[in-house]
Parts: sequence; structure tokens; C-alpha cells
Amino acid sequence: MTDVGEALTRVHREEWARVVATLARRIGDLDVAEEMTAEAFAAAVERWSADGVPPNPGAWLTTTAYRRAVDRIRRESRREDKHREALMLAAAPEPLGVIDDDRLRLIFTCCHPALAVEARVALTLRLVGGLTVPEIARAYLVQESAMGRRITRAKSKIRAAGIPYRVPSREDLPARVGGVLAVLYLIFNEGYLASDPGKDAVRADLTAEAIRLTRLVRMLLPDDHEAVGLLALMLLTEARRPARVSATGELVVLAEQDRSAWDRELIAEGHALVRACIAAGRPPGRYQILAAINAVHTDARDARDTDWAQIAALYDHLVRVDPSPIVRLNRAVAVAELDGPQVALAEVDVLPLDGYHAYHATRAELLRRMGRGGEARAAYDRAIELAGNSAETAYLRRRRDQLGGR
Amino acid sequence: MAQYLISVLDDTTGSATEAEMAAIGEFNERLRADGHWVFAGGLAAPETATVVDARDGNPVLTDGPYVETKEYVGGFWIIEAPDFDVALPLAALASQRCNRRVELRPFLSA
Repeated sequence: MTDVGEALTRVHREEWARVVATLARRIGDLDVAEEMTAEAFAAAVERWSADGVPPNPGAWLTTTAYRRAVDRIRRESRREDKHREALMLAAAPEPLGVIDDDRLRLIFTCCHPALAVEARVALTLRLVGGLTVPEIARAYLVQESAMGRRITRAKSKIRAAGIPYRVPSREDLPARVGGVLAVLYLIFNEGYLASDPGKDAVRADLTAEAIRLTRLVRMLLPDDHEAVGLLALMLLTEARRPARVSATGELVVLAEQDRSAWDRELIAEGHALVRACIAAGRPPGRYQILAAINAVHTDARDARDTDWAQIAALYDHLVRVDPSPIVRLNRAVAVAELDGPQVALAEVDVLPLDGYHAYHATRAELLRRMGRGGEARAAYDRAIELAGNSAETAYLRRRRDQLGGR
Repeated sequence: MAQYLISVLDDTTGSATEAEMAAIGEFNERLRADGHWVFAGGLAAPETATVVDARDGNPVLTDGPYVETKEYVGGFWIIEAPDFDVALPLAALASQRCNRRVELRPFLSA
């Protein structure tokens, strides 16, 4: 029966979003679509164990879920026609001719900008990713009931406000795709470095899910180079995960990582995607530039071989696309390698990032290199105070304590 | 077709300026021309409100608004649109034209 178990896991991964998305369009209700898809998978556990895995598991699931949904709607519509109608998703008009895939409609609906960011994340993981509510609650250290309410509330808003189930029009598309990619990046980052001391530093389940969803979006929007860029960025970041936390649970920074532990396969795929973006010759967006920066890092066999001039040039580019202080902080790290800590510190000191732990951690490192131990210590103290994750705090403590006595 | 309430959030006394009124008038014309118009109006200052509670049959009157807040609803539009993504840019335009924040909220469908 492990064959059935394996088949189910694989089919769940491949077909969940498609079944929910098709159902949502055909019956016009996200809630029923989600519930009936879950029921169809539960039914599959029993039926497939008895009768074997059907030749087309996706079709079996869609048909089963659809039949159940129709039954449910018939039962309910006899009772409360009006109510039923009120629950319908805003009917999708004819496809606007961009890309017509139900999964895309589902993704755009889940990532609608009128929903709170946490709601977008939760809905996307549940409806597109197929994670269960307890799984999502665990990932975000939220009570199951609270996570359930968050998802329910988002679905009710979609219904009540008439948030449409469709791919945005051509003119709105770039901005809305940007919104979708931001949600996926948020999921990845939360997995790559938890924002909370109570959580594991790195949660591979979340990073893997973010990569899977980004692959899906990239497949559905093949002309979007930022989707390619985001995927490359995630792969090149994920490749370093095995070297990122030490055996004692301490964060290992890029310069100190054991590069032989990096995942060569992910790096090769990430590099190929970055090359494809460059070959396309369009002005790159922020994800493509970030991916290129990570490609340079992962190109160096040894931290000392890093092409810092190239990285600084890419950051210059990024500052033009996104002049935020955090980008300029990261740029200063490259500047320190090229022009020395003094120049970098002058650039860092003017940034309005006093509440951001990485700002103080960066200052601390620069001050240490300039031999200003007292100030470095104060900066480490402040970074430790602000850092969210225990692996990061452990690293900062060690660095501070290496400064030696005053 | 769904209906939406666009409430204008205000925290200043004094009504819209002449330029704002002109922009709002133009916006209203556009709503009518495109078939979104249901109703719109500006409200007098919150101090002019009277709270009426007649749930037990005897109206009890309170002078002033039901809740004292820094911000209050200064006016509103009721618009009609096929879905949220059509209503949203109209709300954005409404905010721009009346030069205030607005709240977009769906009516319960009948």
C-alpha cells in the first residue's frame, strides 16, 4: 500500500491546486472548492487502496470533488437559494486573453492586494499549496483556530466584496504579478530565516513550498522575467541552506560557510536561469538583480575569490530600481570589501535603519575591522537586542565576545 | 452587479474647496456616463448629528454623533460595479478627486 501512499503524495503535490482552481471556477465558491477537494483526497485514500490508483488521478479527483460539490450545492440551494447566490464568487467574465489557467486565477485571487498580507500568505499556502490549516499555523507559530479564522475571514471578504476570480487585465498584470511574487518571496524568507526566536532558524518545508509555488507561477507566466529571477534567487539561496546553520545551532554567515556543503545542482539550475535572464536582454527588475548577485556569490569557490566589484556594480543597479535604505545597507557590505570599512561606514551611518538588527550587525563588523572595539561592542549589543532569531543571536554573541576584554 | 459604498474619511472641519468640488463634479459625471452612479452626497459636520434610540418605543435623543472620533464620514458615494476590481480604481479616483482617504465597502448582496 505504500505505492498508493506515494502516489497520493505525488498527486497531492501535482494536482491539488488544479482541482481547487477548476472547482472554484465551475461552482463559483472558493470555500466549497477547498472543502470538496480535501474530501476527494480523503476519498482517494480509501478507494485507491481498494481499487488501485486510477489511470488519470487528477481527473478522478476533479470529477469526485465536482460531484460532491454539486450534491452539496443542490442540498443547500433547496434550503436557502438566496443565501447560496450571495456566496457565489463574482462571476468571471470571458477570459481577457492574457493567460487562461484556473490555477492562475486562484493565485491572483489569493494574492489580491485588498487582502492583508498575512491573509494572502495563508490563503496561498492553503488553496494553492494545499497545506493544511494546522501545518500553516505551525509554520507561523499561530494558534490553529486563529489561523483558521484568518483564512475564513479572507474567503468571506473575497465573496462579500466581489473580488473577481480572474487573471488581471494586461495593463494591471505587471503590478499584480509583482504582488504575487512578493507573497512567494515572503513565504521563502520566513522559511529561510524565521522572524521569531521560538521557531527553528530554517524551515525547509516553507522554502521548498515557496520554490514549488514559484516554479508553478513561472510555468504559468513564461514571459515574466521577474518570476524567473525570483526562482533563480530562491534556488541560489536554498543551495546554501545546508551550510547556513552550524551543528550547535548558530547562524553561519556567507564568508564562513563550508562551500563544499552547498547544493551544486540547485546552483547549476539557478545560474542557468540567471544566464537566461541576461540573454533576454531586458532591463532586469529587483529579483533578477538579486539573483545575479547571488550567482556571483555562488560562483566563488572560496569567499576570498568573490568578485566584489561585480557585486557592487549589481547593487548600484539595484539601488536605481529600489533605492530603499536596506538595499543601500547591503551595497555597503560590497563597498567595504572594495574600498575599505571606512568608506562603507560613512555610507551606512546615514541610513535611517536604527530599528533594524542587520544595520547594527553591519556597523559592528565594520567598526571591528577598523579597530574600534568599544563601538563595535555597543553595535553588537544593539543588534542582539533587535535580532529575531536565536541562531542569529548566537552568531552575534560569539562575534561580540571575540572582541575580547575592553 | 454589486453595489459598493465609498465613504469619504475626513478629519478637518470645513467642506471641500472649490477646486475639490469641481474635481468631484467631474468624477460624478464620469460615474453617470459609465453607468456606475447610484447616489452620492456630502454630510454636514458630525456635531449636527442626533442619535436616536427608540428600541423600546420611547425615542431617547442624544445631541452629537454616536461616537467621538478624530475622523468621521464626511460624505459618500454608492456605486454599482460588476466586481471589486472594477470598483477599486473608482474608489482610488474618488480619493484622488476629493483629496481625502476613502473606505470601499460592499453592500450585502440582496
